[in-house]
Amino acid sequence: MTRYYFWLAARNLKNSPWLSGLMVLAIALGIGAFMTSYAIFHAMSGDPIPHKSHQLFSVRLDNWDPEDAYSEPNEPPTQMTYRDARYLAEAGKARYQTAMFRVGMAVQPGNPDIKPLLSHGRMTYSDFFAMFEPPFLYGMPWTRAEDGARSTVVVLSRAMNERVFGGENSVGRQLRMDDGEYTVVGVLDTFDPLPRYYDLINTDPFGDGDDFYLPFTLNDTLKKRPNGNNSCYIDPPEDSYQGYLDSECVWVALWVQLDSEAERRDYQTFIDNYVMEQKRHGRFPRPLNNRLDDVMDWLDNQGVVDEDTRIQVGLSFAFLLVCLLNTVGLMLARFLRRAGEVSVRRALGASRRQIFQQYLTESAVLGIAGALVGLVFAALGLAVVRGLAPHIAAVTHLDPSLGLFALTVSVCAALLAGIYPTWRACRIAPAAQLKTQ
Amino acid sequence: MLSMQDLSKVYRTHLVETHALREFSIHVEEGEFVAVTGPSGSGKTTFMNIAGLLEEHSGGRYQLDGVEVSGLSDRERSAMRNEKLGFIFQGFNLIPDLNLFDNVDVPLRYRGFGAKERKLRIERALEQVGLGSRARHYPAELSGGQQQRVAIARALAGEPRILLADEPTGNLDSAMARAVMEILEGINAAGTTIIMVTHDPELAARARRNVHIIDGQVTDLQSSFADSALGVSAPRESAA
Repeated sequence: MTRYYFWLAARNLKNSPWLSGLMVLAIALGIGAFMTSYAIFHAMSGDPIPHKSHQLFSVRLDNWDPEDAYSEPNEPPTQMTYRDARYLAEAGKARYQTAMFRVGMAVQPGNPDIKPLLSHGRMTYSDFFAMFEPPFLYGMPWTRAEDGARSTVVVLSRAMNERVFGGENSVGRQLRMDDGEYTVVGVLDTFDPLPRYYDLINTDPFGDGDDFYLPFTLNDTLKKRPNGNNSCYIDPPEDSYQGYLDSECVWVALWVQLDSEAERRDYQTFIDNYVMEQKRHGRFPRPLNNRLDDVMDWLDNQGVVDEDTRIQVGLSFAFLLVCLLNTVGLMLARFLRRAGEVSVRRALGASRRQIFQQYLTESAVLGIAGALVGLVFAALGLAVVRGLAPHIAAVTHLDPSLGLFALTVSVCAALLAGIYPTWRACRIAPAAQLKTQ
Repeated sequence: MLSMQDLSKVYRTHLVETHALREFSIHVEEGEFVAVTGPSGSGKTTFMNIAGLLEEHSGGRYQLDGVEVSGLSDRERSAMRNEKLGFIFQGFNLIPDLNLFDNVDVPLRYRGFGAKERKLRIERALEQVGLGSRARHYPAELSGGQQQRVAIARALAGEPRILLADEPTGNLDSAMARAVMEILEGINAAGTTIIMVTHDPELAARARRNVHIIDGQVTDLQSSFADSALGVSAPRESAA
């Protein structure tokens, strides 16, 4: 009977195109508006590395002003000092760990026809690649030994490799950056986790990634200052680069990979002991307040999904409900107009349950049509958002899972809207209708 | 086949109580052709609705094909309606959006027949009423008489035990009415029990038995077996 009900539903839609069109439009408008905001919310709040998001931790130490927290309520700084980060990164207490900060450098392609490019990269440890798993197009990461040896090696992004080497396999080639020569050891494939969870402080979570990656230890000679957020609650003790490195200014991020709860507890003990040790040297004046946040907690802590986005999703859902109320009215008019048909079917042997199933199927078909048109509206809506807010363009896309979600929401919504009209249709007294036909 | 004993039907509103049928008793045997007559408002249609399981009675007993219908669920009543009863209405009551084939198909769908069986029955029923070649036409493309023949085909396709016809010729001119009546007589001759409500004494006279209803009661049952010019004989049975 299900096939028969679908066949009847399709016929009825075709036979009353205006009323059907109005109902589909009402559902589609609601679905379009809801999916536009939900798609953005979904991308922003999604898990960027689901298979290990509970193993990767952002590490924070509270070295801040004893009188005033870094941010309320009693939050430690989002990054840490150079010396703390370097010590913890090189202590090797976790399976993987990396300190990192963003730098800007002039890349000078070997081809004289290409002008030098001002590019943004990341100084980090080789563990970065094992932890965050960027895919490699060519070559591989540098090694821990090369970290220790301060090797002049570089990993390029796919985009940078295309600009500088025309997309060829550049592994082993030399690249001049600022005043130094670097050997390309690897080229990443496209690497766009959404949001870019490992650096929410210095990059747009939904913007472009890094052009290159250099060993953190090279900074001993490069003496780079961060191209990103730098916060100090007291001035550096001396106006020199070493003074800056020894200061309480925070500008380096630290991430670790801890594969079990036991490892997480041990690492917490380790950083607490480290801070207690530093307190004995007059640092860390605030009470112990060190944090290990896994990826999803870190995204939540940093408010990647802002309140406006949540409100938009709520409002669009309310709009969907309003559209559904309109649909209820239209369905009621449509179903009750067919009271005669219901009565004939009842007389010919249809039970109330069968009438209910037939009309709910029709509601579901309206929901399917509404979802398809609604997805077109959502795609248009997201295109408008892309135009108005290019910085979040990366999260303004629909994917098959969102399409399926839209279909589910639309069908459920249409079924919900159809319940009352269908119930009314089932309650029609056939005897009275048959006589007045 | 159909037996009602002391049946009553009361319609109640918060202001008024209307007795549509009271102490209504009738017994119809298998193969009978019964004409039900009576003035407007006498309870003929209420009787047909209750007989057709489209309404529930308020009191008394009603047995259809040996089954007491009181207390049956909607599903059971619907199944019984589908399997044992066929309906022909004054207004034809075809579904305008469906062609003749699909209209006749409706009760067969609810019976659960397979596609082959349904096709066979639909074609046979339409042939039987002389509309086999117009299966893909829509009701609006047919005359009133042709539409009523489709309704008869729809009722016949499921091979019901009883055909309930509520003024089946009421909307037809006399020629078409005669044609429909001839079809009904043929159906009855083939063994199907027919109960027909009519205002037309000429049609009533062609039935094998007449039942007269006044004020919700059977007042007069007559047999066409009697040799009356109108086919009406002396009263044989009266309601209690």
